[in-house]
Amino acid sequence: MTRTQAAIPTLVALALALTVGVALLLVVGAPPIETFRLLVEGSFGSASKISATLLAWSPLLLASAGLVITFAAGLWNIGVEGQVIMGGIAATWVARTVPGPGWVLLPLMVLAGAVGGLLWAVLAGVLKTHGNVHEIFGGLGLDFVAAGLATYLVIGPWKRAGVASTSGTDIFRPEAWMPELQAFGVGWPVIPVILGLLSVLIVWMLLRGTLFGLRLKAVGSNPYSSFLLGIPTNRYMLGAFAIGGALAGIAGTVQVAAFHHKLVPAISGGYGFLGILVVLLAGFSAVWIAPIALFFVGISVGSTQLDLQLGLDSAFGGVLQGIIVLFVMFGGAWSVRRASNRLTPQEEP
Amino acid sequence: MEATFNSIIAAAAPLIIATMGETITEKSGVINMSLEGSLRLSAMTAFAIAFWVGNALVGFAAAAAVGAAIAAIIAFSSIRLKLNQIAVGFVLTLLAIELASFLGDSFVGERGPRVPPLPIPFLSDIPFVGKVFFDHDLVVYFSYVAIFATWWYFYRTRPGLNLQGIGERPEAAFARGIPVNMLRFWYTVLGGAMVGIAGAAYSLDVKLGWRETLTLNLGWIALAIVIFGGWHPLRVAFGAYLFGALQVLAFQLQNVFPGVAQVLPIAPFPLMILALVFVYSDWFRRIGDRFPKMRNLLGSEAPAAMGTVFERE
Repeated sequence: MTRTQAAIPTLVALALALTVGVALLLVVGAPPIETFRLLVEGSFGSASKISATLLAWSPLLLASAGLVITFAAGLWNIGVEGQVIMGGIAATWVARTVPGPGWVLLPLMVLAGAVGGLLWAVLAGVLKTHGNVHEIFGGLGLDFVAAGLATYLVIGPWKRAGVASTSGTDIFRPEAWMPELQAFGVGWPVIPVILGLLSVLIVWMLLRGTLFGLRLKAVGSNPYSSFLLGIPTNRYMLGAFAIGGALAGIAGTVQVAAFHHKLVPAISGGYGFLGILVVLLAGFSAVWIAPIALFFVGISVGSTQLDLQLGLDSAFGGVLQGIIVLFVMFGGAWSVRRASNRLTPQEEP
Repeated sequence: MEATFNSIIAAAAPLIIATMGETITEKSGVINMSLEGSLRLSAMTAFAIAFWVGNALVGFAAAAAVGAAIAAIIAFSSIRLKLNQIAVGFVLTLLAIELASFLGDSFVGERGPRVPPLPIPFLSDIPFVGKVFFDHDLVVYFSYVAIFATWWYFYRTRPGLNLQGIGERPEAAFARGIPVNMLRFWYTVLGGAMVGIAGAAYSLDVKLGWRETLTLNLGWIALAIVIFGGWHPLRVAFGAYLFGALQVLAFQLQNVFPGVAQVLPIAPFPLMILALVFVYSDWFRRIGDRFPKMRNLLGSEAPAAMGTVFERE
């Protein structure tokens, strides 16, 4: 199959997904063309919108890159949401306690975020390797614990002076804000984008060019054989959790240091679960992460406009993302099925 | 006291229906991971349809159809397209959650029909037992039937034995002439329909009305309860009642200690992890070894072929 032929099912799937999206809009009585125009304009329509989209792109890249590693090890790291949150909490703790200028503080916040996410991920890993608790349930449980911890901190020990509200902690001092590059009249999130793209690059190289990556993929495709071949399976799985968690944790740092500039209960922004969709759509490979994540985050950022302009529930963005992933997965599987049917002519069904 | 037990039974009823459905599905070898989304979309659909038609029963039927349709997508994509069940289930979870928010937006805060109470004559007059078990409505009685029927079907009927066979050893079952994939498809659809009914029970019976947080996290809890229950209907039911008891207890504690209100919503999750660590611990396994006759009830092994694709050679 040539490359263009391989792209056909994906394009058909995208077209079908779009059709379903339009049908849904017609069902609720919303104007489809205007909706899609707002989606694009809300995410890429002006310099400030593009900057906002890039700022949201960065944590999604970090979370997705981490997920590529855990998926390579055959792990369903549903705990990624919690890892983002713990990264954000750890970075907030540094921002609140460590004195000093930004060039000391910010690297420490990134480090703290990585450690926070790493520990939370390894906890899910240990529950799997030593407690036999499937990582989906261990991770999911830890997601909710992390979310509860963030809420508790925001309304409890870290509450704003005088008022306890779920709107967040006090704003960080300016040294703890990731500096932006001023151009075209707006600030550009250069550091977050570099962190995000770097994470994708590192993961790509790790899986493509190192012995660790090769063994990790072996563990992912057949843990039992890998174990018989002498690979310490558990240690590799925990290693994958550690790397994935650290990257997710840095996503949390970006969320507090570059976007909110404080800790809020919903600090993860849903980028963990969205990352899972991105990686599924990318077919578990690091190469396509960046463009797909940009596409998805564009939908997310743009859909916030729907509420404001059309009174349409912004969940439409999520609906569209889900339909796209589902249809592209179907498209891929369908073409594999057709190809294998052609190779082995089937006897009667 | 009577009232407390009565509300535990009522609170657990939808969860019982959902977990029995999922147990049937997983016993046949398919994982329907979409419960969190299925419950929410079916709860929304049930409310919207019942509100529109003015009849709760039609709402239940629509919700069952939604649950069955989502399950059918998972079964089809696993059996025919050989896609990963967990992947499809997870995508459908997120999709159904967003769909419920998107389509249900205009129904938030509306008041719809509800399931009428229906105490069973004579039985509900028995002291204590009558008040606790037989002073409810059709949803609760259906949950009793679901537990008993699932147990009976699994362990006392020939088709139930076949159902276990296709989840444990599909090759062997196939060699004995059992249509593995066709049965898996229909058991998944049946399980999904039950999850849909459970969703309807939330919006039309237990909590009344539709809002996004109506069934929040209960789908994940239901999936964990099936594991905790070791895929045995009675133990799964025990897990669901235990969780119902915790819910009612938490609600009553909230009035005594208002401070814990913020912590309570997450309390189930550390408990869920601990419960799963417990059922997989050596200690629990040794108990199971001591009573070989109760192997089904005390074992914690998943159906051996769960989540895999069966292809005839």
